Amino acid sequence: MNLEFTPEEIAFRDEVRAFFREALPDDLRRKMINREHLEKDDTVRWQRILNARGWAVTHWPVAYGGQAWTPAQRYIFQEEMALAHAPEGSPFNVNMIGPVLCRFGTDEQKRRFLAATANLDIWWCQGFSEPGAGSDLASLKTSAVRDGDHYVLNGQKIWTTQAQHADWMFGLFRTDGSGKKQQGITFLLLDMKTPGITVRPIETIDGGHDANEVFFDDVRVPVANVVGEEGKGWDVAKHLLGSERSGIARIGLSKERLSQLRSLERRLAAEGVLTPAEHERLAFKLAEVEVELRALELTQLRVVSADAHGGGANAAASILKVKGTEMQQRMTELVLELAGPAGLATAGHDWVSAAAPFYFTMRKVSIFGGSNEIQKNIIAKTMLGL
Amino acid sequence: MDFELTDEQKMLSETVTRFVAETYDFSKREHALRSADGWSREAWAALAEMGLLGLPFAEEDGGFGGSGVEMMLIMEALGRGLMVEPYFATVVLAGGVLRHGASAAQRAAIVPGVIAGERILALAHDEAGQARHTLAARTTARPAGDGWIIDGAKIAVIHGQSAGTLIVSATTGEGLGLFLVDARADGVSIEATRGYDGVPVASVRLAGVAVGADALIGEAGTGAAILDRSFDEARAALVAEAVGAMAETFDITVDYLKTRQQFGVAIGSFQALQHRAVDMLMQLELSRSMAVLAALSLDGDADQRRRNIAAAKAQIGKSGRMVGQEAVQMHGAIGITAEYKVGHAFKRLTAIDALLGDRDHHLARLVELGGVYPAE
Repeated sequence: MNLEFTPEEIAFRDEVRAFFREALPDDLRRKMINREHLEKDDTVRWQRILNARGWAVTHWPVAYGGQAWTPAQRYIFQEEMALAHAPEGSPFNVNMIGPVLCRFGTDEQKRRFLAATANLDIWWCQGFSEPGAGSDLASLKTSAVRDGDHYVLNGQKIWTTQAQHADWMFGLFRTDGSGKKQQGITFLLLDMKTPGITVRPIETIDGGHDANEVFFDDVRVPVANVVGEEGKGWDVAKHLLGSERSGIARIGLSKERLSQLRSLERRLAAEGVLTPAEHERLAFKLAEVEVELRALELTQLRVVSADAHGGGANAAASILKVKGTEMQQRMTELVLELAGPAGLATAGHDWVSAAAPFYFTMRKVSIFGGSNEIQKNIIAKTMLGL
Repeated sequence: MDFELTDEQKMLSETVTRFVAETYDFSKREHALRSADGWSREAWAALAEMGLLGLPFAEEDGGFGGSGVEMMLIMEALGRGLMVEPYFATVVLAGGVLRHGASAAQRAAIVPGVIAGERILALAHDEAGQARHTLAARTTARPAGDGWIIDGAKIAVIHGQSAGTLIVSATTGEGLGLFLVDARADGVSIEATRGYDGVPVASVRLAGVAVGADALIGEAGTGAAILDRSFDEARAALVAEAVGAMAETFDITVDYLKTRQQFGVAIGSFQALQHRAVDMLMQLELSRSMAVLAALSLDGDADQRRRNIAAAKAQIGKSGRMVGQEAVQMHGAIGITAEYKVGHAFKRLTAIDALLGDRDHHLARLVELGGVYPAE
């Protein structure tokens, strides 16, 4: 056992660090530090910079543009990205549809979509949740009825993140309602410009517009756009949702936020904004958060090490999503507390005005991608046998 | 960065874990607790036989030169069995003072007896009315002839009543000193009692106790530095012991959830309990990570060691309390009976938090040190 990175890993870290320092545009870095909203163009610009370096889709198979990195390298890359205040690319492209197409796509689908997906020439959105199918995703009802070499879609998706920007959607649709609910679901790709699609915005409590409703009214989708087999979409979705475990806890992000919290704490105490008693209490709370973050960081590293030695299911990996999201949310609470009454006004371009929207929007991280309660159900069943 | 155990370490862990499971079950422990010593000489002899008493001592002292990782593996296994024998008191805590402060002659005089299982050591440092976990003492040692005269009173001396040799901290003219004191020397009186966790604990009075010049460990004034280092090593061991006690508690609880029937079904089918069991698992895994961090931090940079050990001890204070309380609650009334292991694990976890600084103590320490992560 040892905690140190190897000389090769340190050299890799330095290379990655230097790249982020050089390549990340200043305006993007500033927006990230101030927690400002990123425009579509910001994300596209950054993903293309990464892609030009070959680092946009590092965990895809090498044949499709990925990197043959070790688990430790992947960890280092993600941590450095967070510490450099670099945004992540589009998760729908990078972490979801890309790996799915690499695994299940036809040759034609791979040719048509993979390179464009990596370069963010195509912006994807995910059509999974429905008004009646949230945690119980398999009860989804939006139908896809075969008509010659097309399916005809009718129904509604909801919580569709950034559908307003999307060129294409990947989603789950019911092609057969006669059997078990997990059967008869088909994974489809559809062009968002297809007639019959209506996107309606949902405003969220942070004041932002990231979520949408998407309505389907006799939308015709070619049969060639099925991923995997008709009726086997649930297997594809499970592959997608069981996403890679390195990085799921967002340790680097939380570390970066913690160091920002630390400097804010010192500044506000020095300026006399916090009374000595308030400062003492805050310092304790920060210490508590740091302890847990350190424990989580070590847990993540244990998983990285286990992956390097062949991986397999383990208890440490199972807790990363729940604890990682709780940690991210805790950070936003503390920033909000530090902002104090100045944080009421959200019009500025600094951490104070971003604190409240950030706090409110981060409530989503313990809900999406399988709520933390669903995660606990899964852990109770798979790890504890309950 | 690698967390795999070597084959030798795996074998050590398996051997000790199997030894505890096979020879130190709950009824054996109860039997030991009821004996005159309050612990099992037979089990102690077996630990000596296996070479475990010599593990952390240097090879030139007759030991095996084991690292923090080996210590972690042993303590986790002993923690599973809630072993009350003086491993922590003698090998870890007092032994640590010898390893980090004693001269070659002092070690040669004492360590072989420890390794053979013939000599029990206890550290007498805490005092009533002193700031908690301070590296100072009100007990005094004043020079007399070639040696010293020690006066004072100590509390919470773990296994003090069984110790042949006490290591006593006392203020000298030049700072804190650590002294080897024969437990049978004139002026030493020991009042034995039992901790709520079953571990024997004693109060020690020292009235004009005369010791020779060779009793001083290190120099007069180096005691605080020796204790600082030894305490961190001991904290790392306690963190690992807590992980063992938590793991045992967790396993028993999950088993109970699967077997206990109410309303015609296993209570583990209830989601309210499933989620709480998962919360316990999370605390266990976070603690396990911290035990590894603590074990790997002992030999590195002192500043980083202090931060990491404080963080680890703070973590298991929280996790141990949560796991212990939840295990008792999920068992219902059986959880608070003396005849069931879970309640005893809960008590040991409670004691571990109190030893060498509880969660709040270490959080305060981290605030003083500037946090877990050093500023850039």
